Amino acid sequence: MMTKWMLGAGFAALVLSPLAVAEPTDREVQQAMKRDFHAKGQAGMDRLEQDAVQRVCTATNGKPPEALAKSLEADQFKTIPFPTGSLIGNWKNGAKIAWGGRGMQWHEDPKKPSDGGCYNCHEASPLRPSAGTIGPSLKGFGKVRGSSPEMQKYVYGKIYNAKAYNLCSDMPRFGHTGSLTDAQIRDLVAYLLDPTSPVNK
Amino acid sequence: MRVSGSGVPLLAVLALAAAPSAAQDSQFAKYQKMTAEGSPVELFELAGEDLWKKKQGPKKASLEKCDLGKGPGVLKGAYAALPRYFKDVDRVMDAETRMLHCMMTLQGRDRKEALKRPFGNADKPSEMEYLSAYVAGQSRGHKLNPGTSHAKEKESYALGKKLFYVRTGLWDFSCTSCHGVEGKRIRMSELPVLSNPKAARPLMATWPAYRVSNSTFKTMQWRINNCYRQMRTPEPNFGSEVVNAVNMFLTVTAKGETYRGPGTKR
Amino acid sequence: MAGPMKMRATLGSGFTDVRVLMTHPMATEQQTKGKPHFIQSITVKVNGKTAVESQTSQAVSRNPVFSFRLKGGAKGDKIEVSWLDNKGETNNTETAVA
Repeated sequence: MMTKWMLGAGFAALVLSPLAVAEPTDREVQQAMKRDFHAKGQAGMDRLEQDAVQRVCTATNGKPPEALAKSLEADQFKTIPFPTGSLIGNWKNGAKIAWGGRGMQWHEDPKKPSDGGCYNCHEASPLRPSAGTIGPSLKGFGKVRGSSPEMQKYVYGKIYNAKAYNLCSDMPRFGHTGSLTDAQIRDLVAYLLDPTSPVNK
Repeated sequence: MRVSGSGVPLLAVLALAAAPSAAQDSQFAKYQKMTAEGSPVELFELAGEDLWKKKQGPKKASLEKCDLGKGPGVLKGAYAALPRYFKDVDRVMDAETRMLHCMMTLQGRDRKEALKRPFGNADKPSEMEYLSAYVAGQSRGHKLNPGTSHAKEKESYALGKKLFYVRTGLWDFSCTSCHGVEGKRIRMSELPVLSNPKAARPLMATWPAYRVSNSTFKTMQWRINNCYRQMRTPEPNFGSEVVNAVNMFLTVTAKGETYRGPGTKR
Repeated sequence: MAGPMKMRATLGSGFTDVRVLMTHPMATEQQTKGKPHFIQSITVKVNGKTAVESQTSQAVSRNPVFSFRLKGGAKGDKIEVSWLDNKGETNNTETAVA
């Protein structure tokens, strides 16, 4: 009975909607993209190959079932090469990496180091009011959370591969994609955790 | 004569820091009003008119007989009725794709030559940019009315809608990574939720536009191209089904809005 | 070859508002690494008589718009605006007060 009603409503919506037409499948969309894009500069067509994260997050519209999410997050986590010892680098370098927004685009020189573009999405230092609000505020991050080895590992991991902690996060996988180096990520960890960093003032 | 530059942006930033959402609306609106006064948009429309009427190519013809959907040479309201299906090419085209078609058929120009430089810069805007300004200006006051009845128009919309949500590129972005949640900013730029008619309408009513940060005129083909660039994907093909589908999705979402003519953006 | 120039002159009560859009790179010495290219002077004539003579500098940005408010004026008055840049290039436009 319930099913008949749902089918009826669905059918009605399909027939009555002025734009009713079969939606392309995820596969068809991928084929269209492969056909209509071309490699340019450092951006090769391999960048359009969806991995499990992209496929699942596209198919579930960013809301995967919990068990699947946990399993894929664990897969991502396994790939993070956590360095040994202190993960806190130089916050002064980190500040520059966080503020800059260049890197990995097709018109850019692949030999030049990339920036983190952190301020595109995050607030961090009070000295930088021109910050985005796509991601949560990082103001006082180290002040509030401390800089224990566990916290250092968490921050390093998040920057290296944010999908290991939240599968469909909008945050790029900076380490995983080779966008930021190990040294750069450590400098960003310092920017967030070092008590003398402006983020924590 | 000096032009004071630094005062207003700082004020805008401090006000934003003080009271996020309420101040945000008024400060963005104030800035938009300020840049709209004395915008060079009109200069691009004038130059575009000259180019439209200029005899070019092996056929030494102007674009004056170009059919943008309302008949050869009919410009009033044509931009506002795009993208749409064109029987002569059996596909959906937006304004720029159609003008390229006219350059090739009416003027006899080679596709490669006509597309040598689709996007210009402040020192040298492209032909397509000048022409877009002129053609779009001729739709001022007309309601946005893209094609929605032909099967290929419906397919274009459906593809565009899917593309809006696809996670892709090196950084796993979809359009919704930025344009998915109400009230967000990327640095100091507002991020409208483009799948929502409320947000799409005022925006599609003012593209193409003079972009202050580029000191030049930018079109929808450029805007979509530039989004993909920032999404760290490879480059989309000019006038391709994918790009036109995204444009179709946005324009249909904004359908019914009165087109205000080429705008001025940050 | 100078780009297009567009002007509007509207009569108010006891004054005339003139607004003119100019195409010009207005490139500074710093931007061009020593080869600046900018409008140096702008002249406004009303019915052939000079009403405003202004000197402008590199501080003005690309494709500038200038607004003037002239005292008096009548419908049909001929307003002419011309500019001269540091390379000796010029452009001008005229319109009737509406």
